[in-house]
Amino acid sequence: MPIDIEKEAPESGESRPVKEIYKGPGPNFLTQLMRIAVSLAVPLIAFGILYWAGTILLDEDANRLVVVVMALIIGVLGVFGLFYAMNWLTNLLPERYRHYVLPFVFVGPALVLLTVFLLYPTVVTFRLSFQNAQGEGFVWLENYVEIFTDSGTLEALRNSILWVIIVPALAVSIGLLFAVLSDKLGSKGEAFSKSFIFMPMAISFVGASIVWRFIYNFRPEGFGEQIGILNGIWTAIGNEPVAWLLQEPWNNFYLMVILVWLQVGFAMVILSAGIKAVPDDIIEAARIDGAKETQVFWRVIIPSISSTLVVVLTTIVITVWKVFDIVFVMTSGEFGTSVVAERMVTEFFTFGNEGKGAALAVVLLVAIIPLMVLNVRRFQAQEAQR
Amino acid sequence: MTTTTAEPTAPDTDYVPEQKSFWSRVFYRWPIKLVILIIVIIWIIPTLGVLISSFRPQADVDANGWWTVFSNLGSNEWTFSNYSDVLSSEGFGNSFLNSLSVTIPATVMPITIAAFAAYGFSWMEFPGRQWLFVVVVAMMVIPLQMALIPLLRLYTTINLNGTFPAMWLAHTGFGLPLAIYLLRNYIGSLPSSMMESASIDGATPFDTFTKLVVPLSVPVLASFAIFQFLWVWNDLLIALVFLGGEPDVRVITLALNNLNGSRGQAWHLLTAGAFITMALPLVVFLSLQRYFVRGLTAGSVKG
Repeated sequence: MPIDIEKEAPESGESRPVKEIYKGPGPNFLTQLMRIAVSLAVPLIAFGILYWAGTILLDEDANRLVVVVMALIIGVLGVFGLFYAMNWLTNLLPERYRHYVLPFVFVGPALVLLTVFLLYPTVVTFRLSFQNAQGEGFVWLENYVEIFTDSGTLEALRNSILWVIIVPALAVSIGLLFAVLSDKLGSKGEAFSKSFIFMPMAISFVGASIVWRFIYNFRPEGFGEQIGILNGIWTAIGNEPVAWLLQEPWNNFYLMVILVWLQVGFAMVILSAGIKAVPDDIIEAARIDGAKETQVFWRVIIPSISSTLVVVLTTIVITVWKVFDIVFVMTSGEFGTSVVAERMVTEFFTFGNEGKGAALAVVLLVAIIPLMVLNVRRFQAQEAQR
Repeated sequence: MTTTTAEPTAPDTDYVPEQKSFWSRVFYRWPIKLVILIIVIIWIIPTLGVLISSFRPQADVDANGWWTVFSNLGSNEWTFSNYSDVLSSEGFGNSFLNSLSVTIPATVMPITIAAFAAYGFSWMEFPGRQWLFVVVVAMMVIPLQMALIPLLRLYTTINLNGTFPAMWLAHTGFGLPLAIYLLRNYIGSLPSSMMESASIDGATPFDTFTKLVVPLSVPVLASFAIFQFLWVWNDLLIALVFLGGEPDVRVITLALNNLNGSRGQAWHLLTAGAFITMALPLVVFLSLQRYFVRGLTAGSVKG
């Protein structure tokens, strides 16, 4: 990565902010070398210490609490200590070089980690997606052809698309409804009722899946009372108990409900903040002009919070598209419920098919690229306003 | 910007006259209250069922639904034995500590690294600064699945697989884009006059960062800390791939997943186990809600 930075240097040297800085003579060979050394050294040393600590933590059957405390010390002090040491080393440099090296003491470790954990794997996964199950010889487009012809993966694609449409739509609608209605309560009642809605945001997907498996629990007739509340209600109104999670294709919808339950809180919190940011005089003016409350909502509030709505929608879409845990825990992708993200882990982890797993990961990424572009555009617009 | 502190500049329609009776205040705007009540009840029922069942004896849990406790109040039996069983014989106690050993460094490390980087990106000049930050923004949406196979190979080569540091580094790497983005938004908006006067007074960038920027950034550091804590504690995928299910290292979400696989109908244990995994995040979340909401809304409402 530091090498990449060096390559960038001459090109971006033409851009505005940099020009001002490079008034003096350009960095010479020694500085270049130091820069690379420093930005490499921090993470390498950090890595070495963490590795050493990790082996100790695992080798000795030490008291678990000791392990926790050691982990805490390493995590808190270790990383900061490394930055401190790197800064100290930089200060040993002659003053005129310090200026060039110091930014990379600050930014370098993050760039190295991003390269190792995101950039490098992305490139390798792309390459792997054109290779066979063992990740060796090239099969070129075979994995992709398989994904778009095999009935199993096609089903996963279909389900993922359904998830991406239904979950964000439901989560945003319910979140918006709740935000608007609770806005009309007193501030105490509002805060109180809201905390129930966003409480599930703290719960893990695994935990939520167990919670909802309990709700969907099914006992065939004659095997005791129903202990799942859904079948409890269903049989109480005179129906036969239903094995909800086996009802294709409706079981997909029952799984989506779990994610809606988890995500409505997020939508509500942000939309509520957006609604409160709409100036009161606009709303008052509309009311004075004789607009009904529903008209105020659709013609004034919704247009005013449209950019917030887009943000909430895209964020939830990304979460939904990557959903893995819920399907994995509830049905393991059986009974026609698999989704792409879950399928990727199954192909790679259970079946050991690296090529196909990688290709599915690439499908996940490529589908998200439009949202990535949207994100970057939004960021750039924000920057322009600053 | 929190929802709780937002002082309503109440329009006249919200005004309930003081002299009206208690009941008229309760039923004021009752259709709205009714809809809210219904949604709240639907949202609570799942968690409530798990909570109640986790304290019922196994025989009761298997015999009838948890909602029957309301119809025979007073004659219910309650027990802690589900919790003690899950914590000891099902290994949740150990897993709880494992989760802590994974989560705490995996929360602190990205914050420290990202804070330094955010300061560098906002207040230092270096070649490629703008361009590199755009890459960071783009990286926020890369699906984890993209990184799994190469990283597993890498970890296997350097023998790091199945260790806590493997988890710390992975979570740090994956958490960094959002962390840098959030922190830079905040740190970059600190007044530049402050930075200038610090440097005129002879403060080095390192001093400015540790003594000025960090103390001022506590709110945003706290909100990212909550995000990352919840994300790491609740993660299943990364733990499944890089840490594995060995009882001496497995984290609590994996313990719950394994219990679900091996004893999927032992609801007295599953409910207790589920509640143990939820307990800490719920405490953290509910006590630090204000910071969490601030972090959520910071990047989203404007722009």
